[in-house]
Amino acid sequence: MLKVENLHSGYGRIQALHGIDLEVGQGEIVTLIGANGAGKTTLLMTICGNPRATQGRVLLDGTDITRLPTHKIARLGLAHSPEGRRIFPRMSVLENLQMGAVVADPRHFSDDLDRVLTLFPRLQERLNQRGGTLSGGEQQMLAIGRALMSRPALLLLDEPSLGLAPLVVRHIFDLIAKINAEQKVTVFLVEQNAFHALKLAHRGYVMVNGRIALAGSGAELLANPEIRSHYLEGGVQA
Amino acid sequence: MKAPPIAAALREGLAGALVAAGLALPMLGFRLVDSAQGLSLGTRFDWVLWAALIVGLGRFAMTILRGAWQPSQAPAMGEAKAARLRLMAGWALAGLAITLPFLPFSDRNLVDKATLVLIYVMLGWGLNIVVGLAGLLDLGFVAFYAVGAYSYALLATGLGWSFWLCLPLAGLFAAGFGVALGFPVLRLRGDYLAIVTLGFGEIIRVILQNWQDFTGGPSGISSIPRPTLFGLRFMASAPDGHQTFADYFGLAFSGDHRVIFLYFIILGLALLTNLFTLRIRRLPIGRAWEALREDEIACRSLGLNPTTIKLSAFALGAMFAGFAGSFFATRQGFISPESFSFIESAVILAIVVLGGMGSQIGVVLAALILVGLPEWFRELQQYRMIAFGGAMVLIMLWKPSGLLSSRAPTIRLKGAK
Ligand SMILES: Nc1ncnc2c1ncn2[C@@H]1O[C@H](COP(=O)(O)OP(=O)(O)O)[C@@H](O)[C@H]1O
Ligand SMILES: [Mg+2]
Repeated sequence: MLKVENLHSGYGRIQALHGIDLEVGQGEIVTLIGANGAGKTTLLMTICGNPRATQGRVLLDGTDITRLPTHKIARLGLAHSPEGRRIFPRMSVLENLQMGAVVADPRHFSDDLDRVLTLFPRLQERLNQRGGTLSGGEQQMLAIGRALMSRPALLLLDEPSLGLAPLVVRHIFDLIAKINAEQKVTVFLVEQNAFHALKLAHRGYVMVNGRIALAGSGAELLANPEIRSHYLEGGVQA
Repeated sequence: MKAPPIAAALREGLAGALVAAGLALPMLGFRLVDSAQGLSLGTRFDWVLWAALIVGLGRFAMTILRGAWQPSQAPAMGEAKAARLRLMAGWALAGLAITLPFLPFSDRNLVDKATLVLIYVMLGWGLNIVVGLAGLLDLGFVAFYAVGAYSYALLATGLGWSFWLCLPLAGLFAAGFGVALGFPVLRLRGDYLAIVTLGFGEIIRVILQNWQDFTGGPSGISSIPRPTLFGLRFMASAPDGHQTFADYFGLAFSGDHRVIFLYFIILGLALLTNLFTLRIRRLPIGRAWEALREDEIACRSLGLNPTTIKLSAFALGAMFAGFAGSFFATRQGFISPESFSFIESAVILAIVVLGGMGSQIGVVLAALILVGLPEWFRELQQYRMIAFGGAMVLIMLWKPSGLLSSRAPTIRLKGAK
């Protein structure tokens, strides 16, 4: 579904990605873990065309999207929930969801809304509340819900656990599994919270300093002693 | 923090008085006296004392009242109730505006002043699209106002086209300029955008001032034709082949008719701007402006193209300024670059900001305060700036985020709370 080949990218002179290769298959949950500053966000952003790749390719269903502008990529069935949630704080929950549906067929709107609200009943209760007044967990639900409003085939999530309490994190991760299983959405999940992410994912990649250091199934990576010592022990294991 | 309120208030008051005295000493304390012996320096230290006393007492009273009089941030009432109240206030204001010329106390002078206020209301609503909704800080808005005014003036005096034909054209030209400005500045944000738009506003004014052959230069354009009502003229006697408004309706000629007619034109234009904005806020493009103001990165990742969204905001805001400009030209009958200086942009921006960024009624209130009040106090010319300054201070104290800053959602689900 998504294929990244030898991707290089960065900000001006600073190079952040040094040749990334990875693949996300149809129906999978694939996670990318790595320490702060490893380049995970940069990879997601580069897949979405901002910043531009300096070398390498991004293929979506076999089509080269490396040179497309961001707003066109979003129309190809790929939804990106960026780091830090980035909901629209002064707009209501419903308006936020509406913004997620701008690329979708307006006739689907009420169906899609129902689907998202069934998934996140919390949002249903707060439809007319401003996005900025939601709790962190609710904002994250809104960010994911908003991304789902465009009926994506592939969902890119950038650190959905950021700044959330362990119990909330667990809830969000359950929902991600549900989105994947019930709605047949392929998920590419970027996380620092390695334990939860690896438990959830079918496969995982580990990024170190802009390179892929390890790859394997979720269970394999969880059992890997190196990963245990770097990302799990002393880390969040709740 | 824990100081007893009276002592704290006294300290605040004293500090305020000292600052006021420090400022007032050079500004109020000395003055040039022009006498037979030439210029000499006079003093009036009593004024300094008064200024310090007033500020000190004001600051003292304010600190005491702080508990009861917090600067309000969140709307005290529920959002739905606030929205209903705003809607009612809107209708009441519109009703008042429509009946204004016929109210017993109204006279030509009042209607004329109301016309001026409405021009600024319309400009404020236009700029509100750019600044309030799309969040693009534009300090050169007056440029589009000027383009509209000169478009009408040149087309009407040069080609003899009528106001009603030129009005949409002026709007189109101004929108064209909006796009022309929009393109180069799309990548800029915040302060940088503000500086470039400021420059653009000045460039337009300098061009108008120096392109002698085309724009008449500093002396401007005069005898700009007045608008007609379906061909009816508002004058004492019509030229051959034309009829006057008074004749047609069998009224005695009165200069008031034209003033009232102009008032209704600007009222109609302003209401059009308002309805347009209210409507477009509910459409995808309007919602996209607001989303863009909130978060550009999120907008991109949702599939919105920031370029077209920003350009459309610039173009539409400019279009309304163009309408207002051509109305200004036809009302004055004379325009020159002087009417389009930076201070106009500043006043319009102040109206939008004080009105509470994005609030339609807030713009009306702010225009009344910033344009209507000084006009009203013109009779008491010397207190005009005091009224202006006092209003600003009160607004800053009372409503630091604008007169009406809460924003009503543009969509609700039936049955949802
Ligand atoms: N806007 C930016 N400009 C310059 N450098 C950046 C920018 N964003 C990230 N970086 C740098 O790129 C590297 C990767 O960052 P990022 O992709 O955010 O890491 P992660 O998401 O894994 O924490 C870091 O060294 C970071 O300092
Ligand atoms: Mg990151």
